[in-house]
Amino acid sequence: MNNTEKEGAFKLEEKNIIEINAAPNNKPLNYKVLNEKIHEAIKNNHKKIILKDVCGQRFIGASLQGDLEIIINGLPGNDLGIFMDGPKIMVNGNCEDHAGNTMNDGTIIIHGNAGDVVGLSARGGKIYIKKDVGYRIGIHIKEYESKYPIIIIGGTAKDFLGEYMAGGLILVLGLKFCLDGTVIESDQPICGNLLGTGIHRGKIILRTEKDFTAKLGVGAKIFEISEAEKNEIEPFIKEFCDIFNIPYDIISKKPFKVIKPISKRPFGGNYCGQII
Amino acid sequence: MKWKNYTCLPKQFRNERIFDGCGISGYINIDGTKDNGKKIIDMLCILNERENGLGAGFAAYGIYPKYKDYYALHFLFDNEQSKERVLNYLEDIGYLIQSEPIPTKTPMDVSNSPIIWRAFYEPRQKKGISSDEQVVQLVMEINEKFEGAFIMSSGKNMGVFKGNGWSHEIAEYYKIIDYKAYMWLAHSRFPTNTPGWWGGAHPFNLLNTSVVHNGEITSYGTNMRYLESFGYKCTLFTDTEVIAYLIDLLCRKHGIPIPIASIALAPPLFDEIEQMDKKYQIALKSIRATYRSAMLNGPFSIVVGFANPVPTLFGLTDRKKLRPLVAGISEDENTLFLSSEEASFKRLIIDSNGLYTFKKIWHLKSGTAIIARLDEGLIREGFEEPFKNIKLTVTGI
Repeated sequence: MNNTEKEGAFKLEEKNIIEINAAPNNKPLNYKVLNEKIHEAIKNNHKKIILKDVCGQRFIGASLQGDLEIIINGLPGNDLGIFMDGPKIMVNGNCEDHAGNTMNDGTIIIHGNAGDVVGLSARGGKIYIKKDVGYRIGIHIKEYESKYPIIIIGGTAKDFLGEYMAGGLILVLGLKFCLDGTVIESDQPICGNLLGTGIHRGKIILRTEKDFTAKLGVGAKIFEISEAEKNEIEPFIKEFCDIFNIPYDIISKKPFKVIKPISKRPFGGNYCGQII
Repeated sequence: MKWKNYTCLPKQFRNERIFDGCGISGYINIDGTKDNGKKIIDMLCILNERENGLGAGFAAYGIYPKYKDYYALHFLFDNEQSKERVLNYLEDIGYLIQSEPIPTKTPMDVSNSPIIWRAFYEPRQKKGISSDEQVVQLVMEINEKFEGAFIMSSGKNMGVFKGNGWSHEIAEYYKIIDYKAYMWLAHSRFPTNTPGWWGGAHPFNLLNTSVVHNGEITSYGTNMRYLESFGYKCTLFTDTEVIAYLIDLLCRKHGIPIPIASIALAPPLFDEIEQMDKKYQIALKSIRATYRSAMLNGPFSIVVGFANPVPTLFGLTDRKKLRPLVAGISEDENTLFLSSEEASFKRLIIDSNGLYTFKKIWHLKSGTAIIARLDEGLIREGFEEPFKNIKLTVTGI
């Protein structure tokens, strides 16, 4: 171990917790170095890893498996939790683009805003984002048998939400978090244009009383929420409210609308229609 | 750094376009306070995953207060002969107020480094043609016809420093940290299908307009033909130059305010326009029709520095948000930062031990400009409806 590594990593009292400084001497580490430090900590049987002063380092939690917890203080870079299979990542702050890219299992909790393309092609696991998100959230997330990806957004989303969605659940609550900790209704539109374009399985649930028919993309249709669907989402919402300290009463103040596909093959007619 | 291809792209690559996924950053101090280059270097170098060492550059506004009335021409020369030829030509057609090398830090083992030169220049008065126009023609002429010479920038009281290397190498080579500017732009480049050349690195500049760009302009052909009809020559084999020339055309030649020019570059989609008020529909459709060929298509995010007449920083993404751009404003609301990644802002916070904080960090709405002007402050936040705060009169509805 050289000097910088000694400064960067020191053990806390509890045996399997480790804190790693991602910017020793105020110089952010390269993402490779940081990820190697994480791998080394896992090799040494640390189950809980706390990262300090993270500054845009990419691929944190990439392909990690098993019962691990990573707490990130700072700003994780692109592809947070890419290909992840099981661990739990908590970010105290914002995150950048592509969080949960092709995630297989596990949980990502963001106590802030997220960038674009969150949950790209996710196949399972949960992504909970406290505040607002950018464009193309949940593009092509998919489900298979017991695998069921869930993305819950406390704030609002922009265009192309759930584009080419092939399964799973996206839930947008449309809340705003004030600096003093109170939670109110967001004044921003709950979603952008081209909502659910090309959706062919799964559902997007929005908490709004407004009419957003004009924002629907090709292949998507609005349905009223059924009792079964309400029961299905209730435990997830309760969990979300617990994590982010949201009073559960506010949720029932607005109705839910469900966006589901009109067909399993919305573009089937465009390509080789005559063959199939 | 790559010590070759200073003033032109090798012939075998000329039919290819540069498609890049780059890192861009920029900021403006609204009260005009001048900063050295440290902040912008930190902001750019933290994005080093967005570059591959094939090009980086900086644009700095307010660096030559002593010569602020003259055009600061930044040159790249291959050799002494091309330098002599260009400088003699400049003396023939105008006045060279000052002519000197730009201080650089060339590594010891490099023998064939380019000649980096600056000249403060004033064209001779001619009837019927403005000095600005003369300088534009001069830039086009030298970049096209003078072998071994390239003009990097031609604005007043500003300059562009760029080359073929990693961002930290370019910053060190040009001693960026020593310049003091109120507005900085920076770019690091990730070209995927050309080798890159010094003049082809960003920022692209014409007069006081500098552009850094991440993405690719698929409408390049249309834009190029449109610009050629106004006398611009697109000779740099890269898509970004059309953005610099389009902004020069719209904002300087046609005198369009920046909020409207941004609509011309990235107009709302027709089905969005259909849902607006009648008078906005007419105005937007007229802008789309008039500047049909100035519309930028394809994924892009740009940061533009502009100083004519008032220094302005302006950021814009494409309408489908295919490239990132994040904005942040400092706690005292004096500095507007734009960057490809929020990490640039986080870097400043870490660097100051948490003393430097941001009041707000936000993502722009796609196709909506964010504009900050010297002394006036933030005039557009990047969420607004197209004609917000613009007095629009449409007659004959």
